[in-house]
Amino acid sequence: MHQLYTWIFEPGFFSSPQVRVAATIGGVTAMVSAVVGVFTVIRGQSFGGHALGDVSAAGGSGAVLAGMSPLAGFVGLGVFGAGVMDMIGARRGRGRDLATGIVLGAAIGLSALFLYLDTTRGATTGTTQQILFGSIFTVTGSTIPAVVILGGISLGCIAVAYRPLLLITVSSDIAAARGVRVRLVGLLYVLALALSVGLSSMSVGAILSTALLIGPAAAALRLTRTVVRALASACLIGVGATWLGVLLSYDSYYWGSGRQGLPVSFFIVAVVFVAYLVCGLQTAWMARYRREEARCSRLS
Amino acid sequence: MFAAFMMNTWAVATIVAPVAGVVGFFVVLRGSAFPAHAIPKGAFAGAAGASLLGINALVGLAVFSLLGALGIGTLGRRGRHDVVTALALVMMLALGAAFLSRTTEYEPQIYSLLFGEVLGVSSTELLPVAVLGVICIAAVVFLYRPLMLSSMVPEVAEAKGVRGYRIEICFLIIVALATAMTVPVVGALLIFSLMIGPPAAARSLTSRPAVAMLGSVLIATVTVWAAIAASYLSNWPIGFYVGALSALFYGAGRAWAAAWRRPRPVRVPALVLQTASPPGGLAGGDTP
Amino acid sequence: MTTEHAWATAAGPSVLDVDGISVRLSGRPILDNVSFTLRAGQFTGLIGPNGAGKTTLLRVILGLQRPSAGSVAVLGRLRFRRDASIGYVPQKIILDPDVPMRARDLVALGIDGHRPGMPVRSKERNQAVREMLHAVDADNFADARVGLLSGGEQQRVMIAHALVSRPRLLLLDEPLANLDIRSGQEIVRLLARIAGEQQIAILLSAHEMNPLLPVMDQVVYLAAGRAASGPTTDVIRGEVLGALYGYHVDVLHVHGRVLVVAGEAPGTPDEDGPVLSTGPRIGAGPGTKAG
Repeated sequence: MHQLYTWIFEPGFFSSPQVRVAATIGGVTAMVSAVVGVFTVIRGQSFGGHALGDVSAAGGSGAVLAGMSPLAGFVGLGVFGAGVMDMIGARRGRGRDLATGIVLGAAIGLSALFLYLDTTRGATTGTTQQILFGSIFTVTGSTIPAVVILGGISLGCIAVAYRPLLLITVSSDIAAARGVRVRLVGLLYVLALALSVGLSSMSVGAILSTALLIGPAAAALRLTRTVVRALASACLIGVGATWLGVLLSYDSYYWGSGRQGLPVSFFIVAVVFVAYLVCGLQTAWMARYRREEARCSRLS
Repeated sequence: MFAAFMMNTWAVATIVAPVAGVVGFFVVLRGSAFPAHAIPKGAFAGAAGASLLGINALVGLAVFSLLGALGIGTLGRRGRHDVVTALALVMMLALGAAFLSRTTEYEPQIYSLLFGEVLGVSSTELLPVAVLGVICIAAVVFLYRPLMLSSMVPEVAEAKGVRGYRIEICFLIIVALATAMTVPVVGALLIFSLMIGPPAAARSLTSRPAVAMLGSVLIATVTVWAAIAASYLSNWPIGFYVGALSALFYGAGRAWAAAWRRPRPVRVPALVLQTASPPGGLAGGDTP
Repeated sequence: MTTEHAWATAAGPSVLDVDGISVRLSGRPILDNVSFTLRAGQFTGLIGPNGAGKTTLLRVILGLQRPSAGSVAVLGRLRFRRDASIGYVPQKIILDPDVPMRARDLVALGIDGHRPGMPVRSKERNQAVREMLHAVDADNFADARVGLLSGGEQQRVMIAHALVSRPRLLLLDEPLANLDIRSGQEIVRLLARIAGEQQIAILLSAHEMNPLLPVMDQVVYLAAGRAASGPTTDVIRGEVLGALYGYHVDVLHVHGRVLVVAGEAPGTPDEDGPVLSTGPRIGAGPGTKAG
């Protein structure tokens, strides 16, 4: 029994301060991302959510270059980019994705420039990798307050926009006819998205930012029928995947003889991906089961 | 900048731009901006893995971009398109992160794979790039009519036997091939700017598909050439110029469309205006 | 042709006053001097061919479109800001299977969906939703995902959504367009019953008036941007419609149904008459493709 325990939780897991920070920041990020992500998937703005991750990263690079706090860069350019996307993008559909793509392209170009300037001026090695892939284990505890506060603001925006957002999803005409300021609600949502992605991009990296935004939400939406249940399930899946990923990554250092291990982002993304596939299978299975049931009841 | 060692870059650029313009035309038409971004980006992970194993990075690119295309296509059958694109992308990137974690030595190469490097093209790569480019354009030409049909009127296409799913997979594979071949010059992340900005700009200028495609190729070529020149002169990465120029052309296209496409007010002759309101007050419900 | 319905069409108070509405979009005239009145409990059909401007007119009434001239008064008030006195069922609602809402939740959104913040559960809210679902015969699928319902079922849920806030006026944009005949008839009967019971004024747009003939109290016929309104017998006549369209029109009565057909080739400009649109297609009886 003890062997099984140490096989699952390699020595030092619970006492490692890195793990604690990673679990905390990862957990908070996962929760905020899951909530914002549910609305993102419902509104079909997955591309925007991903794009803002890269836009934020550009902001982060620029901030490092200018000697400012990276958090300011991540969030600042993220919010600005989100505003631009919202402004030039048409309503739902191809026009909006096109506008997102253009802003993203420009932002990545900026990113390239900043990183180039950064590497030629300073002697920062591995910056490219860090900004792009991020490592949850290199984040320090000092960013926890910022993450919590920004996450809280993001959730607050969602809470305020909750009902009108759902009404707009059904029909923006009905919403407008009942006095909803559709543009304003859209902006509120986009602000929540920018904040959430900005802080997740910084704390866990661009890959995980997108994975935690879209994956748990998409999986949850396949499972449940109401928004509240989807939000709860998404949070559970997101936080669960994060903690499981942290555990697996920690353990992987002990696998084999190389003492190298695999990055956290890999494990978390893998868990999220598998969760999505499983939920999809489950839905297909349930649908077939119900069809069979209906067929049997009609025959009998 | 036209020295011997630069000729390869110019040559590749002149092959890349038409491919980006032609494939990009359909990317914009089908609203596949996200896959056009996701496939190159995810394929980069494959390049990292390939260089780790000592295989030609181009091969790794091709394999992973094909994987990405097939993944998006098959998962997209059941799930939401944008969701599966996001998940396929992050899964490939995560694999890339896993590959990269195994080594610490490859940063400059990653950089050039991601963002493009002016001197990144060797003579040996020229031929495979050219071949892939020809294959891409040939594929688009071959599939032109079913692609147009299924992009514009999917129901009619289905009725004619053009299955949406098959066309989607074929199209994504074409995007994957275009990706694999364009990375040496423009870098994995920026090829999609070339596939979006110039075609979108061309579409704002004209409604005729053939002209739009031609315009798309022209604008893409100008973009790449200008980017190479600027990058050579300033030493700044080529990807920066591609992103900026694409955005500029897109913005110019939209401004043009807004200014010129607005239908001018129809001038109704005064005589007609006077008799415009029907006699007898129809609107009040009385019969004339 | 008589309109038969059990409830009285005695004039109730005026709910909607449309006065001289004209709309020009990008220089093209869409609506020209349209006026009519709706009273409580009346069922009004807004009939016209596709492209006649029915949706535009509805959007003007809802405040979503600003008219170039004219005014709209709801319950005696000129409104530029919306309120809950109008219920609206739009033409096409795309309810993806992904949207996590049951029919019940969608109807609940009709109560407070326009207010910021998160919903608060209450007995009254649940009660109101339950009653409305029952009123539209949606009890069987109240807990199903809206995206998975059939066209007719979705339509009923949308009607419940529009009605749950107890509006005085209900607007429906082409609700019968994608329904089979049977579902269409059910919806029409349901609406007529609600109009009478709750004394709501209903304005329902369609390009085919025959399904509505049994229940319509008045018709607003829209063609070439102009309107004629009044009881069906007064409006659906060759002379009236011909003046609207600008060329000769025949109205045929076949087995209690109405057929409106063009007398001669459309598009020939009249010497005196204006040409405001090119060859409008005419709404016709069942079996003929309209527009």
